[in-house]
Amino acid sequence: MLSIADLIKVYPTGTRALNGVTLKIDQPQVVAIIGSSGAGKSTLIRCVNRLIEPTSGRVVLNELDVTTLSRADLRKARRRMGMIFQEYNLVERLTVMENALSGRLGYVNFWQAYRRRYPPADISTAFELLDRVGLKGYQDTRADALSGGQRQRVGIARALMQHPDLLLVDEPTASLDPKTSRQIMRLLCELAHERGTPALVNIHDVGLAQSYADRIVGLAGGQVAFDGTPSQLTHQVLTDIYGEEDWSKTIRKVDKDDKKPKDRDALDRESAAG
Amino acid sequence: MSTPTTWRPPKLIANPFLRYGLISFAVLYLICSLVPNLVPYVSLDIDWARAGRGLPRAADMLKRMVPPDFSRWELLQKGVFESVRMALAASLLGMILAIPLGLCAARNLVPMPVYLVGRAMLAITRTFHEVIIAIFFVKIFGFGPLAGVLTLVVASMSFIGKMLAEDIENMPPGQLEAIRATGASFPKMLLYAVQPQMLPRYLGVSIYRLDANIRHSTVVGIVGAGGIGQVLAASFSRYDYDFSLAILLTIITLVFLGEFFSNWVRGRLR
Repeated sequence: MLSIADLIKVYPTGTRALNGVTLKIDQPQVVAIIGSSGAGKSTLIRCVNRLIEPTSGRVVLNELDVTTLSRADLRKARRRMGMIFQEYNLVERLTVMENALSGRLGYVNFWQAYRRRYPPADISTAFELLDRVGLKGYQDTRADALSGGQRQRVGIARALMQHPDLLLVDEPTASLDPKTSRQIMRLLCELAHERGTPALVNIHDVGLAQSYADRIVGLAGGQVAFDGTPSQLTHQVLTDIYGEEDWSKTIRKVDKDDKKPKDRDALDRESAAG
Repeated sequence: MSTPTTWRPPKLIANPFLRYGLISFAVLYLICSLVPNLVPYVSLDIDWARAGRGLPRAADMLKRMVPPDFSRWELLQKGVFESVRMALAASLLGMILAIPLGLCAARNLVPMPVYLVGRAMLAITRTFHEVIIAIFFVKIFGFGPLAGVLTLVVASMSFIGKMLAEDIENMPPGQLEAIRATGASFPKMLLYAVQPQMLPRYLGVSIYRLDANIRHSTVVGIVGAGGIGQVLAASFSRYDYDFSLAILLTIITLVFLGEFFSNWVRGRLR
């Protein structure tokens, strides 16, 4: 589905953000990318849809080499990649519906976009999706009137409006409170699985990554330092990715139901019992 | 207790010699420049005796100004309407021309060569005061409202264009990035990310510019570019001071109404 080969990105400032990343996703799964700030997580996913131009290397999505495409072909390829952002990046003065429909901008012509006359199928998909992400009845609300969690739901709907072959998700929960973070991650993973869409998810929160992702890739110094299942994340692996630290409070048992108590005492009791 | 009990904020200029030196220099310079022929290259050629002789003349002029003479109200009305029409036409045309100019001068939207051309046009049109531009247009197109409208169009275009460019450059990049990531082309990006975010500010600035154009339309008239200003200049040169006062009162009312209207509209544009 997606194969990234020997991807390198050197910024004009000389920073080597990616130093030969090779990664293959061949089944619809949620891949969490963890790593410290500056490890190249954001650069990696932006190189996939070329919001950032990689210096060298190849990104191939469903047999299409994204890295060599012309401007027009790149726009066509971007239509097949839905992106979700940390700061939601909704256009705040537009309504929820306009934001969701903007996922179809690559498919309608200028006048359709200008007059907001989208094909009936798009409109009905948008209503379905808003319903699915829990925003039924919000279509006429302006995006700046929504809470953070609600905005991210619109962000998810916008990305899914593209019927993407791949979801690129950049820190979806970093601006959200812990409870909303879990809800958003759960929604995101459910939708990815329902639709059989693979997702690359940058995430700071190792606990969340462990709870929700099918696979975890650790980046360190612009290279893949770990690639495995959530249960393979050990003290040693986290030290390799982030450096020395007491990881005993971070590593959790993998559980996908949301009953886990969050306060430290309860976690301690649980780890003592397990 | 060893912590201090007094605290003074740090001075803007820390070095006391420099601080007091600069203050003394400024005071000294002011004195030298106002006393005629005291210091070469500094003193202005001001004849204070003339300032004294001007005072009774000012009193005489004021006496001849009151009561204001509104008897030639038709001329007054014609001038006012011409000024307002000039301001309206110039604002609308300026608003339209400002859009391409503003887009071209926004670094985050256009490539470097286009940006440089856009910025250069903004810089050139903003270098000269309206009155200087008006003198040019009066020389080229002759007296009357055409020169006035063109002057105000140039001024409005560069003012609104500059504001628009700055606002676009200050946009959070995320929204542009998000729309670009959907595979949207450049025009659609303008439509979905730039236009909705810019529209209220753009309208606000344009309304402000309409208000400013009403004020400026009275000024450019003085160099012969039409409107109430031209009537005012004529009345001064004929020593019709009572009519001049009537015109000035009318301009004050007009500018006040313009500002009131502009504030009212901008208050509602949130």
